[in-house]
Amino acid sequence: MSMPLYASPEQLMRERSELARKGIARGRSVVVLKYRGGILFVAENPSPTLHKVSEIYDRIGFAAVGRYSEFESLRRGGIRHVDLQGYQYDRRDVSARALANVYAQTLSTIFTEQLKPYEVEICVAQVGASADEDELYRLTYDGSIVDEPQFVVMGGQTDAINTKLKDTFSDGMEMADAVRIAAESFRPSKSGSGTNGSSASGSGASASASSASSASTSDSEPSKLEVAVLERERPGRKFRRITGAALDALLPARTEAADSSDSGSEDGDSEGDGKASS
Amino acid sequence: MEQIPRNSGFALPSAYLSSTTSSFADFLRAEAPDLLPSKRSAGMATSGTDLDAPHGTTIVAATFNGGVLIAGDRRATSGNLIATRDMDKVYVTDAYSAVGIAGTAGIALELVRLYTVELAHYEKIEGVSLSLDGKSNKLATMVRGNLDAAMAGLAVVPLFVGYDIEASDPKRAGRIVSFDVTGGRYEENAGFHSIGSGSVFAKSAMKKLYDPDADQDGAVRAAIESLYDAADDDTATGGPDVARKIYPSVVTVTAEHGAVQLPTEETSAIAEAVVADRAAQQDWRG
Repeated sequence: MSMPLYASPEQLMRERSELARKGIARGRSVVVLKYRGGILFVAENPSPTLHKVSEIYDRIGFAAVGRYSEFESLRRGGIRHVDLQGYQYDRRDVSARALANVYAQTLSTIFTEQLKPYEVEICVAQVGASADEDELYRLTYDGSIVDEPQFVVMGGQTDAINTKLKDTFSDGMEMADAVRIAAESFRPSKSGSGTNGSSASGSGASASASSASSASTSDSEPSKLEVAVLERERPGRKFRRITGAALDALLPARTEAADSSDSGSEDGDSEGDGKASS
Repeated sequence: MEQIPRNSGFALPSAYLSSTTSSFADFLRAEAPDLLPSKRSAGMATSGTDLDAPHGTTIVAATFNGGVLIAGDRRATSGNLIATRDMDKVYVTDAYSAVGIAGTAGIALELVRLYTVELAHYEKIEGVSLSLDGKSNKLATMVRGNLDAAMAGLAVVPLFVGYDIEASDPKRAGRIVSFDVTGGRYEENAGFHSIGSGSVFAKSAMKKLYDPDADQDGAVRAAIESLYDAADDDTATGGPDVARKIYPSVVTVTAEHGAVQLPTEETSAIAEAVVADRAAQQDWRG
């Protein structure tokens, strides 16, 4: 790493932010949202084994986007931290708020002290005894921490997904509805703007790749989603992955050809993902 | 050892972020060794013998058609006194395993607690749970870690049961593993085993009552009956206490339900039936 002889702190921070933001934007997106029975995680993830969503503790879940090796080490660190806390005191004494604070400190230390910041954005979620007590924290690469009231969107095309979720999200949804709106929010439905052609030419590489290999993606889309929930009613450890037939049953059936031809491409996106996680 | 930050608002040390180990016990050994049960008890090795720490007593395990169960009486004794009447000595340690403990109660409880965290910790970090043999090996290592304390008279001996979800024959997938204080690990292929002060009597009873093809209810009945026999002849083992409503605790491990603690209503009904049958036998003998 070659450093300039002198760079103002301001410029250094700006460059680090830019690096992290670019890294995160290359990857696919993750949506975490509240529903009536708890908290739902939906991630676009081509790999069935390299998880973006995982369990941290009894009531706490974790979702991340960006460079896999970096958020994986944060995940491990978090699990070690909460297991140590829970072992020393009691399982009830472990909270998402404390964990989010630790993550914020960790990320901000890395951001300011290390040559390269972590190119990650993470979400820490905790399911409470009632819907009012559910907590969602979003943490960014520089250690900023935000408490989100309804949902968290992280990763690549966050703006489009955010806009869609703002329209479709409502408090106290059933799980099936929540999965449906999350899955739908991932689809780059330029159908609102009219034709597929415009989206392909309009928004660069990812969009043009998507229309190229559209036929294959419509079938494989369900298997690319990683879905998990923190279920309020579940005894003990609340975290549960939803896979296979149970997941297929929840996902909306793809009937309209126009819709499916718009969904994201495997080739284009996985290349981007590969860059982000290598 | 207060260099370890133990509250919120600090950055995770780099050791937390490394991927050197997936074991919680190994992590504790490196980062917070004072929290390990074995480390702490080593210091009192000399004074251990004249310490009358509470002891847990009899545990029975048996396999049945499609699963395995582990049951324990509820008494802990301290010398000739009863230390606790309603202690739980069998614990669900993860979705498909359970552990019963005999020996020095305080250390045993801590061992089981650490073991439970260990199994869940591995599962969370690796995304898959340990194999059944991996689980019992891990427990053997932890028992061996307690050897110093065992030499000083604070021995802990667990009994492990688990359901092997990878087994070829699901009817015979329930397994029992016993340990000695040096960490020796013994697979109990007979289908039943017992540890603790009343184990001689419980095992003898089990030998006559055990039926490998029994269903769950039959096996629970046999286990509670053998605990009754142990309590009959061993003062340190507690029998069913009808007045206080204290009954043996039973954990069953099956493929469909995993490891579950039987509700008190169920165990009390069986225990009361056993007591009633024995009373009827007494009448018949005159």
